[in-house]
Amino acid sequence: MPTSRASAEPPLAISTDVLTKKFSGGQIAVNQVSLRVPVGSVFGFLGPNGSGKTTTIRMLLGLVFATSGDIAVLGEPIPGRGGAALSAVGALVEGPAFHPYLSGQANLRRLDAADLTSSARDSRARVATALERVGLTAAAGKRYRNYSLGMRQRLGIAAALLRPRRLLILDEPTNGLDPQGTREVRHLVAELAADGTTVFVSSHLLSEVEHMCSHVGVMRTGSMVWQGSMRDLGSQQRVRVTVESLDSPLAKSVLADLGLSEITESDGQASAVLGDRPPEQVVAALVAAGVGVRGFSVAKPKLEDIFVQLTGEGFDVSG
Amino acid sequence: MSVAEPLTKPVLAVGGRFLLSEIGMQLRRRRNQLILAVLAAVPVIIGIAVKLTTHDGAGATGGLIGNITNNGIFVAFTALIVVIPIFLPMAVAVVAGETVAGEASLGTLRYLLAVPVGRTRLLLTKFAAMGFWCLLITSVVALAGVIIGVILFPSAHVTLLSGTQATLLGGVGRLVGMVLYAALMMLAVAAIGLFISTLTEVPIAAMAATLTVAIVMQVLVAVPQLHAIHPWLISDHLLNLADLLRDPLRVSGLRDGALLAVGYVVVFGSLAWARFTTKDVTS
Repeated sequence: MPTSRASAEPPLAISTDVLTKKFSGGQIAVNQVSLRVPVGSVFGFLGPNGSGKTTTIRMLLGLVFATSGDIAVLGEPIPGRGGAALSAVGALVEGPAFHPYLSGQANLRRLDAADLTSSARDSRARVATALERVGLTAAAGKRYRNYSLGMRQRLGIAAALLRPRRLLILDEPTNGLDPQGTREVRHLVAELAADGTTVFVSSHLLSEVEHMCSHVGVMRTGSMVWQGSMRDLGSQQRVRVTVESLDSPLAKSVLADLGLSEITESDGQASAVLGDRPPEQVVAALVAAGVGVRGFSVAKPKLEDIFVQLTGEGFDVSG
Repeated sequence: MSVAEPLTKPVLAVGGRFLLSEIGMQLRRRRNQLILAVLAAVPVIIGIAVKLTTHDGAGATGGLIGNITNNGIFVAFTALIVVIPIFLPMAVAVVAGETVAGEASLGTLRYLLAVPVGRTRLLLTKFAAMGFWCLLITSVVALAGVIIGVILFPSAHVTLLSGTQATLLGGVGRLVGMVLYAALMMLAVAAIGLFISTLTEVPIAAMAATLTVAIVMQVLVAVPQLHAIHPWLISDHLLNLADLLRDPLRVSGLRDGALLAVGYVVVFGSLAWARFTTKDVTS
C-alpha cells in the first residue's frame, strides 16, 4: 500500500499507473493511462468511440491483461488473488449479457450463486431487492430473450447492484433507456453516491455526465488528455461574456481596452473570453464608456464544448 | 495460484452453489433434454426390435443380442455398447464445446469473471458439470435399458459372454461398472471439448471441432496400418467396456482405457487452464 502518497492524495477507489495495452495486432488501445478516481466521487469517463475507454474498463475488471503498468481497485492489485476486491465492485460492461432462455430472476440467481462470498440463505431476497430497485419486479419471471432493450439494461444494472458495493463501474448505463429510465438511473447513481459508493461511469451523453459527475477523465486515442474535478474543469475553461447593445462596435472596443481576448462582434452583439477578470468590472466599464447595455450574459462553456476542445474531434471514431 | 493468507474464504473453495446452478442450467436446456430423450430411446428401440423378431423358444442364439431374450438386463449392456462409439461422444461434444465458448458468445463470461469467479474456478466448475453430464448420459442409457428389459424380458440370472451365470445383483454391479467406465471415457472427450471451447467465441465451432476429433479417432482406429498409435486413441478403448461382461473379469483393457482417459483429462485440462488463464476476454 502506498501509504506515503496516501497522505498527500485522497484515498483512491481506482488508480492505475502508466497502464498500457497493446493488442497482438500491434495496435495500442490504451497508452500510459494513470487514472485517479477518488473514493466517493462520481467519475465520468469520456472519450470518442475507440478511444480506449472500454479496454481500460476491461483491464480494471481483470478481463483483459495489461501489457504494462499497474492497477489497484479498492486498494487491491488487479489481477491478483482471484480478484478479491472485485466482490465489492458492481459492473456493467459493454451492455448487459444474460442467458436468453433463463428468466431475469434466474439469471440473477445464477450470478449470485457464482459469488463465493455471498450466502445462499438470502439469495432469493437479494435478487428480489435488486429487481425491485430497477423496477423489474413485474418482469422477473419472464425470459430474458423477451425483454426489451431498456429492460435488458435495467437487468444489467440490477446485476451490478446485487450486493452492496463500494465501487460501481457502469459503461453506458443509460444506453437504450427511455427518458424516464434515464432519469431513474441518474437518481439511482445520485442515491448510491450519497451512500458513499464510488461510481465510475462512462457515457456518451455529456449532459448526463454534467448532471451526475463530480469528476471527469477524458480519453483520446488511448491516452488520458484531462482528468480532475468538474470544478477544476470549469474554472480552467474559458468563460465567455456577451454584450447586447445597439452600439456593438463601441462595446467591442471597450472589451478590447479591458484586455479581453478572442473578441467577436456582430450585429448588435459583442463577445469575448473573460479570463480572470470579474464580470461586474466589464459591466462597469461598458456603462462608464456610455455603451447602452441591453443585455449581458456570462456563459460557461458546456461540457460538450470542452470535450470537443480536448478531443479535437467530437464524437467521431478515433483512428 | 498462490496460497496466501485466507482473505475471506479458502482460496481453493470451488463453491457448490455455482456447480449446482451449472447443472441446473444443463438440465433445463431444451436441447440437452432432447439429447437425453434420444439416448433413452436407443435401448427402447433395441428391446422392442429384439422382442418383435424373436419368437418364444427360438431365442438363446448366443452373442450379445441373443442374450437379451434370456435376460432383460442385457438390453442395457447392448445399448451402452451401441451408443459409446458415436452417440455418446456426440452428446458430450455438443455440451462441452459450449462450456466456455457459449458464455463468451453470449457475453456472460465477462460478467461471471467480474462477479468475480476466478478463471481456474470457472474451468473447474465447468469441468465438474461436464463430469455430471457424462455420468448422466451413460446412466440414462443404462437405466432406460434396464427398465425396458425388465418389462419385455425375464430378469433372473444373467448369462455372461463367457457362458457362466451371474446373479441379477452381480449383473447390476457389472452394469454400474460399465456406466462408470463409459462416463470416464466420455470425460476424456469432455476435456478435449473444454480445451477447444477456450480457443473460440463460437460455440458451434467448438462443438464441431470436438466432434471431429472424436470421429477422426474412430477413423484412425479403423485403419490397421496405424496400429502403432492405436493405444493412444480414446476410441480404441471404448469397447473395452464389454470386458465387464466376461467371467472372470478381464481388467487389463479396462485399466488401460481408464489410465488413458485420465491422461487425456490431465493433458487437455492443463492446456485449457493454460489458455484460459492467460487469455484476454474481449467478448
